[in-house]
Amino acid sequence: MSLHVDAGPAARTPAPPPRRHGRTRPTRSFLSWIDLKAAPYLLISPYYLLFLLFGIFPLGFTLYYSLYKYDLTGTTKWTGLGNYAALLTDSAFWNAVVNTLGMFVIATVPQMLLALLLANALNKRIRGRLFVRLGVLLPLVTSVVAVAVVFTQLYGRDWGVINWVLSWFGVDPVSWKTERLPSWLAISTMIDWRWTGYNAIIFLAGMQTIPRDLYEAASIDGASRRRQFWQITVPMLRPTMIFVILNSTIGGLTLFSEPTTFYGGNVHGGTNSQFQTVSMFIVEQGFREFDYGYASAAAWLLFLMILIGSFINFMLIRRIGGNK
Amino acid sequence: MTTLSAPADTRRRRAKPSGGVTNLWTATPLTKIVIAVTLIVSAFPLYWMLVIASRTNREATDIPPPFLPGGNLGANIQRVLSNPDAHYMAGLTNSVLIACTVTLSVVLISTFAGFAFARLRFRGGRVLLLLVLVTMMVPLQQMGIVPLYRLMVSLEWVGTLKAVILPYLLNGFGVFLMTQYTEQAVPNELVEAARVDGASTLRIWWNVILPAVRPGMAVLGINTFMLTWNDFLWPLIVLTPDNPTVQVAINSLNAKYGTDYVLIFSGTAMSILPLIVVFVVFGRQIIGGLMEGAVKA
Repeated sequence: MSLHVDAGPAARTPAPPPRRHGRTRPTRSFLSWIDLKAAPYLLISPYYLLFLLFGIFPLGFTLYYSLYKYDLTGTTKWTGLGNYAALLTDSAFWNAVVNTLGMFVIATVPQMLLALLLANALNKRIRGRLFVRLGVLLPLVTSVVAVAVVFTQLYGRDWGVINWVLSWFGVDPVSWKTERLPSWLAISTMIDWRWTGYNAIIFLAGMQTIPRDLYEAASIDGASRRRQFWQITVPMLRPTMIFVILNSTIGGLTLFSEPTTFYGGNVHGGTNSQFQTVSMFIVEQGFREFDYGYASAAAWLLFLMILIGSFINFMLIRRIGGNK
Repeated sequence: MTTLSAPADTRRRRAKPSGGVTNLWTATPLTKIVIAVTLIVSAFPLYWMLVIASRTNREATDIPPPFLPGGNLGANIQRVLSNPDAHYMAGLTNSVLIACTVTLSVVLISTFAGFAFARLRFRGGRVLLLLVLVTMMVPLQQMGIVPLYRLMVSLEWVGTLKAVILPYLLNGFGVFLMTQYTEQAVPNELVEAARVDGASTLRIWWNVILPAVRPGMAVLGINTFMLTWNDFLWPLIVLTPDNPTVQVAINSLNAKYGTDYVLIFSGTAMSILPLIVVFVVFGRQIIGGLMEGAVKA
């Protein structure tokens, strides 16, 4: 653009160009220096500004709060690791930990197996591929609150469809909300309904990168389909599995929306907190009891749980197929 | 089964020499059953939502339950919209505002950063990118919730939309995705050539990067829109019930009218409608993006 505009006057009057040249060179090279050296930092600065404000700052303050005792009158007192020590002997906190882990296991194990099975089916030659994949992903676009609302009604004790179906098999009405294990099961199905299809699509993507020659060689050697699935597909899927399982670990251990909605939007998690998760415990302590220090300490313990959980799962997945 | 499908197979896959190998990828009855059951289970709760949303409360608690939609949908939606506790319309408007602002900003911020990380050389670039990846593991929503809330209190932003929007703009996944995508979609030579031609960095971004990474932006945009629209914890904490997001509005209905299923379901059905539209229109891109992202990561 600017080149074309300059060409006109420069051609007509030969005198100015050298003068102009001499004047603009330092500014231009300064500008291009700015452009080369500073531009990358300018381009990433919006992200890191946000990162500082809404990432580093809250994390740091959570650590700071966790070392203080807050009470309802608004006074604060240094307690050091007092909040952490109190949490470790608080049965309400342990209850939340057990609930979170319990629901995580009940939800994740069948979810992974179903997702693998489904991905294997989707990897076959089927008609209406796009339609089927969209159908499988449909639950993902449904909001968690919506899912929980519908499932809560389906799990109703007296008029719920699920108890009605169970009654065909002679099962007495189950109180899905008031008993511990049934409530865990109900919440786990909400999680699985939403995430199985998504994980299957991710697994499918991984399966499609496995070279087909491997299967051809195996079938020439007479390996059955089932054997091929467990001895080629599953081990080759390890990288994808690590991605999926880490995702599920973070999601599962920070579970909040489903159990909250299941109890009518209350973070207490049932009359006896039988399905209160650690996330709900944090919110209850921070925003119902206004014990910021206690809530913050619980948040750090949750983070620790996630790190440990991720590590264990990572090692577990590395084992799969490692020795098979 | 095998005898029936064999001719079709040979027609479709003439190039493949061995019949046994081709059969590996044909759908067995089990495949079809698995897929059919999955589709039914996926769709049923949404269908059920529609059934209850179009009935009366008496019908909703019938045994056996009704399995076909009724004719009360319009009246029920009227009840949701005029409900004094839910502020449903405000919630819907707020959710649209929040989700659109967040989506546009995140896509822009991530495209900038992705360009810098993928195609510009600068000191500390690798370390900074690693920092993004590490923080993607931190559940910021739970970890930072107390200080963030107190920050909003001291800024007197509690109950305002900016209190919801600003923390959502921090999206490490976006930076990661756009870095990956730029690396793959824009050859380094192209950037170098533009540089030799005297294009400034901003100009390269506009003329070279932006046209090439548009599909990646679409994937990130759709993803961000859905996550923002569906998020519940942070708006529940920082907004007041009289100026909610649509999820908080449903929560108010759920908390106050627990047995009025028809009311709650109508509100819920309306809240997922925008997402279903996005999903149907961009379905192909959503699936493509998910599958690519999974393999790259």
